[in-house]
Amino acid sequence: MTVEAVFRREYGRCVATLIRFLGDIDAAEEAVQDAFTVAVARWPSDGQPPNPGAWIVTTARNRAIDRLRRESVRDERHAQAHHLYGAAAQAAGDDALAPEEETVPDDRLRLIFTCCHPALNQPAQVALTLRLLGGLETPEIARAFLVPEATMAQRIVRAKRKIKNARLPYRVPAEAELPARLQPVLAVVYLIFNEGYAATANSLIRLDLCVEGIRLARVLAELMPDEPEAQGLLALLLLLHARSAARVTADGSLVRLAEQDRRLWDRDLITEGQSIVRACVQRDRPGPYQIQAAINAVHSVAPSFDRTEWRAILTLYDQLYALTPTPVVALNRAVALAEVRGPAAGLAAVDDLRSPGLLDSYYLFYASRADLLRRLGRTTEAAAAYAAARALTANPVERAFLDTQRATLGVSDPAHE
Amino acid sequence: MTQYLLAVHHADARPDIPPEEWRQSFTDVSAFIEKLRDVGAFVFAGGLLPESATVVRQSGADFVITDGPYTETKEHLGGFWVISAADLDAALEWAKLATVACRLPIEVSPFDERDADELLTELQDEQGAWRSAQ
Repeated sequence: MTVEAVFRREYGRCVATLIRFLGDIDAAEEAVQDAFTVAVARWPSDGQPPNPGAWIVTTARNRAIDRLRRESVRDERHAQAHHLYGAAAQAAGDDALAPEEETVPDDRLRLIFTCCHPALNQPAQVALTLRLLGGLETPEIARAFLVPEATMAQRIVRAKRKIKNARLPYRVPAEAELPARLQPVLAVVYLIFNEGYAATANSLIRLDLCVEGIRLARVLAELMPDEPEAQGLLALLLLLHARSAARVTADGSLVRLAEQDRRLWDRDLITEGQSIVRACVQRDRPGPYQIQAAINAVHSVAPSFDRTEWRAILTLYDQLYALTPTPVVALNRAVALAEVRGPAAGLAAVDDLRSPGLLDSYYLFYASRADLLRRLGRTTEAAAAYAAARALTANPVERAFLDTQRATLGVSDPAHE
Repeated sequence: MTQYLLAVHHADARPDIPPEEWRQSFTDVSAFIEKLRDVGAFVFAGGLLPESATVVRQSGADFVITDGPYTETKEHLGGFWVISAADLDAALEWAKLATVACRLPIEVSPFDERDADELLTELQDEQGAWRSAQ
């Protein structure tokens, strides 16, 4: 394994452990980066240690202790600031010199709960999670989220400063508060994946976001085996990602589920996702991510779009709507309804959602409506709906798709009608 | 332990709450302060009269006195508690009790615990970073 690969795999774990030792995020990052610099210099000649992650942690910790000693000689106060707060700092003082325990599995879990603390806004949660747990560099994160590098750097600096100044705790929340606190953690991981998934445009970085999202979901699922929603999120991401090769053609255009070549679906990911869904069903503590995973599991076993168990999907959407009655869920339910009871029933359900402020800026609302109108032969209205959808998405791949759909109607540009 | 300010921002117009509800709120706030005192989390508290505030500014060799609060918003700092808590989660738990008692949102801010030397070092670092970014 290259140092680069070790970095990708171990960075989050190492930083999380060092934060517990040092009680300070910046100091921990600095120490881990120091250790990787040493690794780059030594491993090629000395050979890679049997447990590279543990080696990095030990080296980083020794470096940090050296640094603290130097600084405490030079400037007592400055070193004190590095020791930081609460139990974490206490533990750091005592454990720092004890070489035995290398990594406590909970460290990354503590860190993700700190990064996704509700006192931080969601863009900050996302950025910190990618930075600290994913080991992504600030410019990479900025590119992935299409914001200027300086903006992203500021966002991360501000969030780290708030963690330090306001003393955001570095711990896994107690059982009682876990359901509420887990929600933003899962939302951040889903958002990271989705940011990559929604952007099908030929950009490698954004595909990396999908991989990163799955990696984080795996960490959560491993560290919280008893949280069915953490399992559900992993299953959902695996099942969605399984279709990525079929979602985009060689020239980069979008392929809808109905037209996808199902032979391109990744069977290994599907098998893994399905087995998690089965375990969730057995556990019978349903939640929104588990139900969405189940919906995608039903798609994943269907030999074709037409031979999909639409009744099962409709039932699952009913359950999902009962838990999360959002307009977007209602829209998806209406699309499933159209497959069970025909496009007219689907359109009626879609039109029920047509109240101002609800979905009127959501491009999929118009795209779904356009599709149903097309199937009902109401081509002029369909063309207008495709145009409305097109105006609401900035993604070039989605725009091209909507243009193609509208062109198949054989109606002239609705703007001229 | 860190000290946090739990601030209550009042709108200039009084919220439309019936008098008996106000009375209950005062009782609840007293009970909240008692609770803080009981566990040693209480540092200091006070209510303010922002509509009677005055702002003093230096202007050259002179001073300008203006009537009214500093910010031209509709909401002003109307009251506060200073508490001592282990971390933000503990402070947020107190803030939940506070908002229930006073029926208004609570803003939780940590106190800046750096001394002047630390602040100056940090300012210099920031300016250095700013200059090198130019």
